[in-house]
Amino acid sequence: MLANEQTVEELVQESYQHGFVTDIESDTLPPGLSEETIRLISAKKSEPSWMLENRLKAYRRWLTMVDPEWAHVEYPEIDFQAISYYSAPKQNQGAKSLDEIDPELLDAYNKLGIPLDEQKALSGIAVDAVFDSVSVATTFRQNLADAGVIFCPISEAIREHRELIQQYLGSVVPYTDNFYASLNAAVFTDGTFVYIPKGVKCPMELSTYFRINEAKTGQFERTLIIAEAGSSVSYLEGCTAPMRDENQLHAAVVELIAMDDASIKYSTVQNWYPGDENGKGGIYNFVTKRGDCRGDRSRISWTQVETGSAITWKYPSCILRGDNSVGEFYSVAVARGMQQADTGTKMIHMGKNTRSTIVSKGISAARGQNTYRGLVRIGQNAENARNHSQCDSLLIGDKCGAHTFPYLEVRNPTAQVEHEATTSKISEDQLFYCRQRGLSEENAVSMIVNGFCKEVFNELPMEFAVEAQKLLNITLEGAVG
Amino acid sequence: MNQMKPNTMLSINNLTVEVEGKTILHGLDLEIGKGEIHAIMGPNGSGKSTLSHTLSGRDGYQVTAGEALLDGEDLLSLETEERAHRGVFLAMQYPVELPGVNNMTFMRESLNAVRRARGEEELDAVSFIKLVRAKAAEVKLDPKLLKRDVNSGFSGGEKKRNEILQMALLEPQLAILDETDSGLDIDALRIVADGINALRSPDRSIILITHYQRLLDYIEPDFVHVLSEGRIVRSGDKQLALKLEEQGYGWITQEAAA
Repeated sequence: MLANEQTVEELVQESYQHGFVTDIESDTLPPGLSEETIRLISAKKSEPSWMLENRLKAYRRWLTMVDPEWAHVEYPEIDFQAISYYSAPKQNQGAKSLDEIDPELLDAYNKLGIPLDEQKALSGIAVDAVFDSVSVATTFRQNLADAGVIFCPISEAIREHRELIQQYLGSVVPYTDNFYASLNAAVFTDGTFVYIPKGVKCPMELSTYFRINEAKTGQFERTLIIAEAGSSVSYLEGCTAPMRDENQLHAAVVELIAMDDASIKYSTVQNWYPGDENGKGGIYNFVTKRGDCRGDRSRISWTQVETGSAITWKYPSCILRGDNSVGEFYSVAVARGMQQADTGTKMIHMGKNTRSTIVSKGISAARGQNTYRGLVRIGQNAENARNHSQCDSLLIGDKCGAHTFPYLEVRNPTAQVEHEATTSKISEDQLFYCRQRGLSEENAVSMIVNGFCKEVFNELPMEFAVEAQKLLNITLEGAVG
Repeated sequence: MNQMKPNTMLSINNLTVEVEGKTILHGLDLEIGKGEIHAIMGPNGSGKSTLSHTLSGRDGYQVTAGEALLDGEDLLSLETEERAHRGVFLAMQYPVELPGVNNMTFMRESLNAVRRARGEEELDAVSFIKLVRAKAAEVKLDPKLLKRDVNSGFSGGEKKRNEILQMALLEPQLAILDETDSGLDIDALRIVADGINALRSPDRSIILITHYQRLLDYIEPDFVHVLSEGRIVRSGDKQLALKLEEQGYGWITQEAAA
């Protein structure tokens, strides 16, 4: 039996495919955080003064807050003065076309499988490429503009779409929300802005690809998606980073707003560097994501495949404010090596006849610790609200852990709330059965894991479902090869 | 070791196996010719399952002495899946469930893994579906079960038929059926036995591991062996199985001890 455990252990040893560093000259602020740093960031972004005021307000608030400790994760205290809060590749400033972008940068994205050249891009998918603190390119903007869709870096939106930004930024996740959201509101550098006008079905999949490259920098991006009445959009984000020995902080805020009959589908394939098998290095992924179903019959759907990061702390949530609105959360989270994941969702039912669905699949391998934490709250006016939650955990090996913390708060007697949870283990019997039929152990593990995740992968846009499946194979692939 | 006869499929010599430090097989010898069916019977704890798991390469079975040659090749040094590629098939006593893994996909991956290892071309989806449907009809497996997850929620009889279907697809040289009859009612037993009989061939050897002689009413073995305390203590033809049915194992184990 021992021999088998060792092979399973080998199987879950990492092989991180995106660990390269791009050698590019960058404009990087020295480490440290003060009002001065924030003024510098704001100036580099040529921001209007109201934006700077917002940032400073958030910073002053943040100074009064403490790092939350309730999550089931452990890490040494973060020294916020040791982080650089701004880093941008030098030549990019003001690039109007791909010809003006440093070929090293284009090459980095090619290596990641995200060609920024529209001719070579995946058809039907527009990409905003964020490198460290700035957006370096946004493809298919013209095609989208023809449909009335705004898809641009958020720093540009702050300058050019002032009314929308002032009305919506911080309206779902206020700067007072939590420690990392306040920090983000103070120092965010770039991210993506999406606006879908009334009645428009966005003609392309939109996506943002986040890349951390510089050492000792943090990435603080901000995404805002607004879907006006009767509109719909599908958006996907991907993330990777080089393999480095130190931990790097990624603290993003994502806000979604769906008006009457609008629908937003937000998918994440997160593959930040997870650190080595002894827990050295890796990204701290401390993210606040929240969607507001503001209109009646609106729908927000979160799908996430979380395979990377040393620590993941995120709860993409839905506020079901509009009557008959729908919130969904589909998640696959992998914790292997020394990874820790504390992730889940919040479904806040406020409107009548609101419905929510939660499907969470946690995979723990090696010494990984995977926690599902979810809140379902049915407010007193939420007549006939319904929720169904399903939380499944899969264990590979016997040194990992799976934990489930469901919180239910029901204040209306007409609510129907269901919670199901299972924990299973890839057994020696299953592996033997597959191998006896000629499959390698790797194939067997990947087949069982993919079967376990099927319900969630079915929710991803097709191209990405294939990617996610491949990523999961790589993530759990062993020395065998 | 022994000189192999030209028509030998499997030659086991002095096989000694430990499980968790305890010796279970004590120098077992067995010679199986091509196209032959051998029934191995014996009381609980005599080592029947240890033999099937050792031959198919399950972890945790430590071979401390002896050898097993498949078509002249050292079987015991091969990985589990390599043995499957060489044509060793074990129909399990308790086929496991693989939730989320589609039965048809599983069988196709399995068949193609074996074909790849043999340097044969993989079957495309269409040819595979045709093949698997035809074979499923032969073993009277409800085609709906092909669309379900592997063995998930299958009845005992359906699980065993699903095993025989995989055996029919993989066309093994050496099939080991580990208590395939256990837990089957008489109708299910007949269907499974028909499936196995249909797979009799001059190029295929079959080991039937069973407690009861009733399976042998449907599948006529060429040889019957009695396993006791990790050794074959008596071999004969099917008359031996009938005698065991009447008189139990006591007389043989006593003779062996004497």
